[in-house]
Amino acid sequence: MLSSIARNSVAASGRVVATKLATRSLAHTPSFHVNTPDNTPEQYFDFTEENYGRVKSILSKYPANYKQSGIIPLLDLAQRQNGGWLPVAAMDKVAQITGVKPSRVYEVASFYTMFNRQKVGKYFIQLCGTTPCMINGSEDIKQTIEKHLGIKNGETTEDGLFTLLEVECLGACANAPMIQMNDDYYECLTPATMIELLEACKAGNPPKMGKWGSLPMNGQVSCEGPLGKTSLFETPAPPKVDPDRFKDGNVDPASVKEHMAY
Amino acid sequence: MSLSAATRSAASKAARVASQSSRSMATRADLLAGHGNYGGLTDQDRIFTNLYGEQDWRIKDAEKRGDYHMTKEIMHMGPDWIVQEIKDSGLRGRGGAGFPSGLKWSFMPKETDGRPSFLVVNADESEPGTCKDREIMRKDPHKLIEGCLLAGYAMRARAAYIYIRGEYFNEAVVLDEAIHEAYAAGYLGKDACGSGYDFDVFLHRGAGAYICGEETALIESLEGRQGKPRLKPPFPAGVGLFGCPSTVTNVETVAVAPTILRRGADWFASFGNENNRGTKLFGISGHVKNPIVVEESMSIPLRELIEKHCGGMRNGWDSLQACIPGGSSVPVLNKELCDEALMEFDDLRAKGSGLGTAAVTMFDDSVDMVGAIRRLSHFYKHESCGQCTPCREGTSWLEDILIRMEKGDADKREIPMLEEISRQIEGHTICALGDAAAWPVQGLIRHFKKDIEDRIDNPEGFDHEAAFQKAWSGDPFDNQEWVAEHGDGKSYASA
Repeated sequence: MLSSIARNSVAASGRVVATKLATRSLAHTPSFHVNTPDNTPEQYFDFTEENYGRVKSILSKYPANYKQSGIIPLLDLAQRQNGGWLPVAAMDKVAQITGVKPSRVYEVASFYTMFNRQKVGKYFIQLCGTTPCMINGSEDIKQTIEKHLGIKNGETTEDGLFTLLEVECLGACANAPMIQMNDDYYECLTPATMIELLEACKAGNPPKMGKWGSLPMNGQVSCEGPLGKTSLFETPAPPKVDPDRFKDGNVDPASVKEHMAY
Repeated sequence: MSLSAATRSAASKAARVASQSSRSMATRADLLAGHGNYGGLTDQDRIFTNLYGEQDWRIKDAEKRGDYHMTKEIMHMGPDWIVQEIKDSGLRGRGGAGFPSGLKWSFMPKETDGRPSFLVVNADESEPGTCKDREIMRKDPHKLIEGCLLAGYAMRARAAYIYIRGEYFNEAVVLDEAIHEAYAAGYLGKDACGSGYDFDVFLHRGAGAYICGEETALIESLEGRQGKPRLKPPFPAGVGLFGCPSTVTNVETVAVAPTILRRGADWFASFGNENNRGTKLFGISGHVKNPIVVEESMSIPLRELIEKHCGGMRNGWDSLQACIPGGSSVPVLNKELCDEALMEFDDLRAKGSGLGTAAVTMFDDSVDMVGAIRRLSHFYKHESCGQCTPCREGTSWLEDILIRMEKGDADKREIPMLEEISRQIEGHTICALGDAAAWPVQGLIRHFKKDIEDRIDNPEGFDHEAAFQKAWSGDPFDNQEWVAEHGDGKSYASA
């Protein structure tokens, strides 16, 4: 019974081919590399001197024999240095720094969605389309963007300013519908404010983030809701602690350290 | 085309139109009117007192809120005392599975065999509907950092790694800075808090993969590989991060621990029903008038939570069609069950769902439930790591069938087939993502089978236009005074 369904779905359309590609990796682009004039293994990539300082600080977080833990943060650093996308030459550099075979880095870069292995626009719009955002109108926002910019999901505008991509839950559900543009969250959107945001970007002047590192576009500050908070009206005094609770404390933390051998 | 189905869908459309025209806008005054007592939990008993961000996240204000108070004395009570206190408090893991935290912490080795132990904090918050840990990390990061020290010490760990999802860039910036502050103040590093114990906290940013919220996938990812879950056993408490004993635990679980230890297990255990103790952050999204993240007592009735903190459903409680009470991985509940549901592990489990991460998503009757669950199936297909065949292939099948069912282009015999596929995925994979993909579909069939059948009977009868969701982020903004005072002039004013 199950196999017949599989057969039907394969016979139904060529869509399955694309589906399979997407299923093998989380990324939105094919998991293999194709040489393009601006992206070949022969190209030169190296971190800037300033970024080498960051490389050092990143690698210092992990045990000396687990340098490869730095692969993800280093790829992220390389992507930032390279204007928001990750060429294959940068992956090779990360492999060299972390002392692993390049294929180890390729498989990581193609697994995680945040690594763009193709060029993206100056404003990379990731639209959350998962159910909590969907029932709050993410499709409405998506159509607004598509109509306003004349691009479809996954495409970049001709002037190279905007790329639109529908992604999975970005974890700001109480502020749905929302988009992430480069590093920043713009939340509580309507078609009208979405167009305002796009126009502000075209003018080279995207609105600054609010007090808590995100910008709800309906006037809120963060997660308190459009009608405001319903608790914590007066700042409570710090909880009273009974010092007698801890009077019997006779374990020396240094001794714990000793029998854990460090 | 079946006549009865056509009548039903026409009637439901009429009801939908009527209910939309009768939509009443709430004001801030309406929200507050008549609710002197918010769910029984007083502000004095709330743990996250900077949830709405009137104060600063920096260490000075954190100390004013009571963080790092008597941390050294608590540490002198010893790891075993801390674990016992957490056990007595009845704290259950806040990341979804609800495993008793004290018990989990006690699995860590008490004598080393030469390897160090690690605490790993799971800040890869990506369960659809969940947005609570984010508020902790950007507004009260020191609660998390102090929690890392105390939980880490209770596990005899050498260091803590906080794995934050890569998309939370601005949150990671705040958390990183807070960690530096704690080092500078002597609360971390050598001789942490003057206790004689050395403890480090490292922040690691992920790069976008839901699966990395699974504990062994998270460990793999921290080690710089694809986030593909490991087979258990060996459990992380035996062989985890860098091959050493590790415990992976959610941000909220760690962040509440210091307050529990200071105020006592009895205090924490005085909230909620037996086996479901404490307070909890609820993140409420969907068709409510005031979507919000709020701290409430466990076991609060769902309806009370929604009416008191969210101003109710946008078209009244009767317009409620369904609710996902704990993030997308738990089965959906219908209205009858929602009327009675208590927000706790046991009651929701008895109703065929679960508390999960307490991320409540409310659906009113304008939503096409088949479409909503189809979108969730797309999520799981996209996020399956591809390691186990039932999940890799099965999630695609679930989505493919639901795409057709949403259009009505299916056979009724396929409904039990769909159920069977979901049963074939559930329990046949290394990690719980397979289960999580199967359960929403099972919930759909359990409660909304009629909708699927009607669609198949009469594909043209369904009004897709009426089910199209327009942008909704709650009632029109009505909180100018508070925002003027606490928004630092940085809130958005439309042109």
